[in-house]
Amino acid sequence: MFKTIIKSICIFCLLLVFTVNSWSQEPIKIGGLFAVTGPPSFLGEPERNTANMVVDQINKTGGIKGRKLKLVFYDTQGDATKAVQAATRLIKEDRVSAIIGPSTTGETMAIIGTIEAAGIPLISCAAGIKITEPVKKWVFKTAQNDSLAVERIYDNLKKRNMNSVAILTVSDGFGASGREQLKLRAKDSGITIVSDEVYSPNDTDMTAQLVKIRGSKAQAIICWGTNPGPAKVARNAKQLGLNLPLYMSHGISSKKFIELAGDAAEGITLPSGRVIVANVLPKSDQQKKSLLAYVNDYKNHFKIEGDHFGGHAWDAVMLLKGAIERGGDSPAAIRDELENTRNFKGIGGIFNFTPQDHAGLTKDAFVLVTIKNKGWMLVK
Amino acid sequence: MELFEQLLQYTLSGLSTGAIYALIGLGFAIIYNSTSIINFAQGEFVMLGGMLTLFFHITLGLYLPLAVVLAVVVATAVGALFERLAISPLKDAEPIILVIITIGGSILIRGVAMLLWGKDTHALPMFSGNEPIILMGAAMMPQNLWIFGITLIIITANRFFFHHSISGKAMRACSVNRIASRLVGIDVKRMMLFSFVISSAMGAAAGIIIAPLTMTSYDVGVMLGLKGFCAAIIGGMSGGMGTVAGGLIVGVLESLGAGLISSGYKDAIAFIILLIILFIRPQGLFGKGEAERV
Amino acid sequence: MKFLEGSMKQELAKFFVFAAAVFTAPVFFKGGYIVNVLVFVGIYTILAVALNLLLGLAGQISLGQAAFFGLGAYISGVLTATHAANPWVAMVIAAIAVGIIAFVLGFPILKLKGHYLAMATLGMGIIVYIIFNETVDITGGPSGLSGIPNLSICGIIFNTDMKNYYLVWSFAMATILLSVNLSASRIGRALRALHDSEVAARILGVNVRLLKVQIFTISGIFSALAGSLYAHTVQFISPASFGFNVSIELLTMVIIGGLGSIYGSFLGAAILTLLPELFRTFQDYDIVVYGIVLIVITMFMPGGLVRGVPLLARFLLAKVKSGLPSEKRV
Repeated sequence: MFKTIIKSICIFCLLLVFTVNSWSQEPIKIGGLFAVTGPPSFLGEPERNTANMVVDQINKTGGIKGRKLKLVFYDTQGDATKAVQAATRLIKEDRVSAIIGPSTTGETMAIIGTIEAAGIPLISCAAGIKITEPVKKWVFKTAQNDSLAVERIYDNLKKRNMNSVAILTVSDGFGASGREQLKLRAKDSGITIVSDEVYSPNDTDMTAQLVKIRGSKAQAIICWGTNPGPAKVARNAKQLGLNLPLYMSHGISSKKFIELAGDAAEGITLPSGRVIVANVLPKSDQQKKSLLAYVNDYKNHFKIEGDHFGGHAWDAVMLLKGAIERGGDSPAAIRDELENTRNFKGIGGIFNFTPQDHAGLTKDAFVLVTIKNKGWMLVK
Repeated sequence: MELFEQLLQYTLSGLSTGAIYALIGLGFAIIYNSTSIINFAQGEFVMLGGMLTLFFHITLGLYLPLAVVLAVVVATAVGALFERLAISPLKDAEPIILVIITIGGSILIRGVAMLLWGKDTHALPMFSGNEPIILMGAAMMPQNLWIFGITLIIITANRFFFHHSISGKAMRACSVNRIASRLVGIDVKRMMLFSFVISSAMGAAAGIIIAPLTMTSYDVGVMLGLKGFCAAIIGGMSGGMGTVAGGLIVGVLESLGAGLISSGYKDAIAFIILLIILFIRPQGLFGKGEAERV
Repeated sequence: MKFLEGSMKQELAKFFVFAAAVFTAPVFFKGGYIVNVLVFVGIYTILAVALNLLLGLAGQISLGQAAFFGLGAYISGVLTATHAANPWVAMVIAAIAVGIIAFVLGFPILKLKGHYLAMATLGMGIIVYIIFNETVDITGGPSGLSGIPNLSICGIIFNTDMKNYYLVWSFAMATILLSVNLSASRIGRALRALHDSEVAARILGVNVRLLKVQIFTISGIFSALAGSLYAHTVQFISPASFGFNVSIELLTMVIIGGLGSIYGSFLGAAILTLLPELFRTFQDYDIVVYGIVLIVITMFMPGGLVRGVPLLARFLLAKVKSGLPSEKRV
């Protein structure tokens, strides 16, 4: 009799140990695709750093429902083909439950086919509006739509009574998408584009384009690109003595731009996520707390301040955390819960996903800032 | 009046970039004239000039003039090393082999630069300030004047060296006939090394003076090298005023093309010019015809 | 530089052994992720063999092969994605179109030799790349072209790695067979003569100019086919996959494998495609490694790995033998 009880207790304990073991041995795997090297490395590096940091923090505080989170990440180098290969590897070999990234619109568009065919949820950190419009079942994004950025700029132009603009965009995925949006929304905002110039990512001198713009009737210039191009544009414009108001895109919202453009950065206006002006936001701002926490956390880990781009990864991981907490870690459940996310106070903005809206943000996700004295200043 | 202003501006910027292409082209021509090799890695010395100056001036905090001198010295050392280790042992090989070696060299130098200094773009301070000079409605930076000035000095020094000094004349002799040169006592191997040394120094100088204007990163060498090569081809690999003219022509046409036709195709313009010259007049606009060796 | 060693029978035997290995390999890998990588190895093998015909056999340097690769991919892609053409028809159209372009461009370009030829092909490659980037309305520009359909035969759609593997490798084997045949034929001998000395070949009655253009065209057509296959397997193309650095990668593949060795080109393609997958942590170093590899192999192993490794093995074996105590040979 005694023996039987001991035996059953032992078996029970063994069973317990086994199941608990298999639970805690089974981390939840998510995949990460970031362009840590290559031209978009200013996007991928902070994104990867942030993702690692957040995953570590989650694991230190007990993981998600007791299970550890594991991030398997690959460097796509900003190359769409490598992104497709890496996505295939994540899905088939690493068997992840969800993927965050990639860093650029081009790469994201490239892997959508693979993602949709495999049925794995994707939270992209890229900005192109094409990613979620039209809506694809498994694809979400955390970076603000470039269309929202354009709206912000046009609103400001209207406020200043300017309606003829010159646009100068870079000939890569980001610039091409911005150019498309600028042209699309111009008419509705009462803006006329009088000069439409393009420069290539390797261009060392944009004087020719700026001279053409000077000859047009533009009242303001909107430059859409990512470092280092816009910095050269800013310097060329100053060198030419071009005094038109200069607007840029959120592609430059990092200190690197100010460093590259030097004095020429003064007075440039751009839309940006709130994170870069976190400390001057009014106390009533709902995001202020998490923004400051992120900025300081990143600084403690990586010695520089967290920026707009790393924030996209923060949002992606936290969104996944929320979805897994509510629904479990099967890809289908994650997807459904993501779609049900409401009022998520992230770094990029306050997210509200619906079956028709997988981007989740409004133009309030952007604030307008001006560069003053080598720092950022909120524009009211 | 506006069109005139625009044209003037394009021409002025074009002349400025053209001067850089000319300097780089001279580097190609010098090596070619002494060794019959096209050094695909030439553009990388331009990159090294800028990146090394950045390293010495900003990372190590040295005075700008000192940083510049050190940068040229180090770049030249790299060039000499490259010649000794990779080129000299194979100097009699087929052109294919040499092309591949110099391509390999350029990739290697670029890769090492990327590992050491990362992929970021960096700005060098202008040599004499940021205020533009306005000439008849067209703007020019003081840096452009530096570029013109230094290019002129280097070209004059070049001409003097190659036509009026023993070493220079010896180097020219090597390019005409290596065996005969050896027979009259010229140390051909040393001349080859010399030509690499001079070209890398010139390339580095070009890279340094243009870096404040165009900012520098680990991969600026590729395009600059290729366009410099165009300049050299147009000038007929002569190494003199022909190459300079070639560089200026490429620079101005590129600028005018970008301004008047389309800015997206700007890079293509230099290569289209290259192809046209290669197809129609491979000896360049200013070169004499080359006899084919059987 | 011997392009073909041994008789034709030996070559065919080699070919069938290789083919057998290729067609049975996926069974060992059980359709895992590596099959996906092997599809790319197949595509790059076609490209490397095409370049080798030009570079190793005929001795003409081309640094612009990526242009033909890209043209094949984009013509196929645009015709099928934007204009809903039949993928096979589009592939044929792409091959013919690229063939014509290569033929027409070939005449002026191949008048040049050595460095000038290298630069001209480089320039051609860059111009084509810029065109891909700028003609946004047709090609989608830098954002790329998506929605390219898979190929299909009689209802079998090539939409999985396994199916694509057999599709691509069938083409690759056909390319290799054609190249082996070409190399052993009169044309192959003429090309080798041309490689050694154009003047001598001309004296012997070889129409050097036409021959060079012909091989350039064939190389271009093979590359275009590889491009079409690429477009239909990945279903997304962007100009970045057809730039100058791809031409350099192809050159490295051919050099590693051995100039003139067809199977060497396969080896080069395999190594350069598989290594980055195996050493993902060292991805940043790949550019340095390419440079070193190019220089080292060109200097010390001009025959590439295909010749160098056996030579090295023999050399080491000889050293070992001489180190072992053995009867003295008198």
